[in-house]
Amino acid sequence: MMPAPILRIENISKRYGKKDVLQGASLEVNKGDLKILIGPSGAGKSTLLQCINFLVKPDEGRIWLDEQEVHYAHKRDLYAYRQKVGMIFQDFNLFDHLNALENVRIGMVKVKGMGKAEAGERAVMELERVGLGDHMQQYPAQLSGGQKQRVSIARALAMDPKVLLLDEPTSALDPELIGEVHAVIRDLGNNGMTMIMATHQIGFARSLASEIIFMEDGRILERGTPDKIFNHAENARTRGFCSKITELYGER
Amino acid sequence: MEEWLYIQTEVYPALLKGFWVSLELILPSAICGLVIGILVGVLRVYGSRPVMAAANAYVALFRGIPLVVQLFIWYFGLPYIGIYLSPFTAAVLGFALCSGAYHSEYIRGALLSIKRGQMLAAQSLGFHKVQMIFSIILPQAIRLALPGCGNEIIYLIKYSSLAYMITCIELTGQGKILASNSFKYTEVFLMIGACYLVMTSVAALILGRLEDRLRLPGFEHHRI
Repeated sequence: MMPAPILRIENISKRYGKKDVLQGASLEVNKGDLKILIGPSGAGKSTLLQCINFLVKPDEGRIWLDEQEVHYAHKRDLYAYRQKVGMIFQDFNLFDHLNALENVRIGMVKVKGMGKAEAGERAVMELERVGLGDHMQQYPAQLSGGQKQRVSIARALAMDPKVLLLDEPTSALDPELIGEVHAVIRDLGNNGMTMIMATHQIGFARSLASEIIFMEDGRILERGTPDKIFNHAENARTRGFCSKITELYGER
Repeated sequence: MEEWLYIQTEVYPALLKGFWVSLELILPSAICGLVIGILVGVLRVYGSRPVMAAANAYVALFRGIPLVVQLFIWYFGLPYIGIYLSPFTAAVLGFALCSGAYHSEYIRGALLSIKRGQMLAAQSLGFHKVQMIFSIILPQAIRLALPGCGNEIIYLIKYSSLAYMITCIELTGQGKILASNSFKYTEVFLMIGACYLVMTSVAALILGRLEDRLRLPGFEHHRI
């Protein structure tokens, strides 16, 4: 028997005014999976990720984490759930008034109620894990984009999430900084972290994804192994998008 | 020589006494005003609809009625409903509430300018609203509001001179008494003006230091 999925999303819909941004997206994620969302901008990838931890409240749909349904209208349930589902943003969103160490520590102290010293030790560990042991005292404005994104990954990891959501984590980065962030994500994947990631980095997606999900107009049009999506896609739109993006971002 | 004697024996002790009363009025008013301003500013941005409306009404009222009238109401009006305040208490109450209304506007503006991403990041870590406001949003907003709030504190130092209108004899009140006894209005009020200038200058200096201390690396002001 297959193990139960760690995260199950059923029929998530979101409408802004008259525009349907998400139309019944469903997803099952098993432990250790790396699901990659691809699709043109406006496809609903970001909205889907934000709906998964309720930063955007879906109009319809249900979500289960570890077979427990998330009742997000219950504030307490919602806050507990969000601790278990980390989020990485395209533009990092580090807290501007805190240095790298404090950025990683504050969630543990304020949300989990850990002592400052204990949380500090953990923060140091997480920052060293993402290769930023030498930058702990620096403020966001003093860090490069790649460093900022690695701090934000450390900040999410410090909360011991079961699932990590990554919303185009390298889209705001210079090409030469993308590698350092990819290396961290690859490392996480190898260590069994469950992740859902939206990205345009096809080479990265191809080499690491357990499943690629192609979205357009708020719908999941096709899903499958990287090989299936990139080489034998059934849907003409999927083929069109993949060939265009492969041309743009190269094979690698 | 006679002038000097007058200054030494009458003006100096009276003004010194008034100066201390002024300081005793200004310090608690400034602190309470700032605290009220921060809380009201937060409620005006993040409060529920009725709370927001109540906070807005408070600001409209206390910013819209002349401060002298407010002081008269606290001191001469409240006894009608059986509340008797000392001149000092009535003055501090009036100053703090008025100052709070102005502060809240600076705080509100600063809160509104914090990028949404900061809130999303806090929420995604599991922060609840109050935690997010007090440990993520306000520390950033206060830095942005500081120049405006400093302005309000300096203004407060000067409008504290209205306290003598409700018989709380502070610096200006002492001056008024001295001047009407001696008819040396120009001399006395020049000295009083100088005293306020010293107070506001010291306040500006302290506020500037505070701004420097709170400045975040990477957000320094660059001359162009």
